[in-house]
Amino acid sequence: MRRRLAAAATAAALLALALPTAVTAACPKTTLGDIEDEVMCPVCGTPLGLATEAPQAQRERAYIEELIADCRSKEEIKTALVAQFGDGVLALPGDEGGEDELADVLVYLIPALALLAAAGGIAFALARWRRGRENEGEEQQGVPEAASNSRLDADLGRYDL
Amino acid sequence: MRRLLSPVAIAVLCAGAALVALLAYGLAQNEADRGIEERLAAGEREEAPGFELPALDGDGVGRLADYRGQVVVLNFWASWCEPCRAESPLLDRWQRRIEQGGGTVLGIDALDVTGDAEDFIREYGLSYPMLKDREGETMADYGVVQLPETFVIDPRGRIAAVRRGPVDRAFMETHVTPLLEGA
Repeated sequence: MRRRLAAAATAAALLALALPTAVTAACPKTTLGDIEDEVMCPVCGTPLGLATEAPQAQRERAYIEELIADCRSKEEIKTALVAQFGDGVLALPGDEGGEDELADVLVYLIPALALLAAAGGIAFALARWRRGRENEGEEQQGVPEAASNSRLDADLGRYDL
Repeated sequence: MRRLLSPVAIAVLCAGAALVALLAYGLAQNEADRGIEERLAAGEREEAPGFELPALDGDGVGRLADYRGQVVVLNFWASWCEPCRAESPLLDRWQRRIEQGGGTVLGIDALDVTGDAEDFIREYGLSYPMLKDREGETMADYGVVQLPETFVIDPRGRIAAVRRGPVDRAFMETHVTPLLEGA
């Protein structure tokens, strides 16, 4: 009898330990940090991750944390935020689920092309500048040589050798 | 002179000019529209921007046009806004005072979590109608850049007074009472 009681107690303890783990495992692994860079603080006009002090940002964060505690997935949380604040709360292009896919691609493509163009422009300008400096150096080296040649000619003429 | 005009200097100048232009654009975008105050100071009342917004409790919609012929104290607020807490009891007292005389306070909860707003309304026992400006579009139409802000709209639908910040009794008595007496 005592053995049975001990076995039942052990089983109950194991079950009690396993239950929270099972609940946690069923919960999607969403974190505040994972979401706050992908949503906006609508009042601040910046991504939520950058809005630290604004009261609305703090409240939005608290709301997200409530949803995380409620086991909501990242997508479910974003949907809940849209229901509260509209599509403008989504920070990433394409998240709005609109039909303008070209605009979503261009949002990434245009800055990348602009960066490439700027890097190319700077490289070209640097190359031109360095070439210009080299040419200047060559010209400056050429001037003393010509001057010393003419001085030598004048000296030789004076001695009438 | 030749050195100043080197391609590197030009590139740096262009980058600097672009940065300044970007900053100026950002500042211009964030600058509050104070056209309403300017027109009021000139003795003019402009037409209040119309809107159609869902009721905060989700039961139907509300339009400014629904209140034509009444004095409307249009109050933009949010539950996360601390100064809104100070003015809400006063607004509710005024609602009780003006609703029989052809006026109403109309709350617009902007950029807020609905559950928080409902808690706020319960906490202060607010009785005036509430609409929800989910994305802040109506806020933008009125040039609201901070909360709370209140617009007194006359029975003809024109803006008669503005308060950027919490209202007080003096503001209400100066701007709302005469309109009610004239209504």
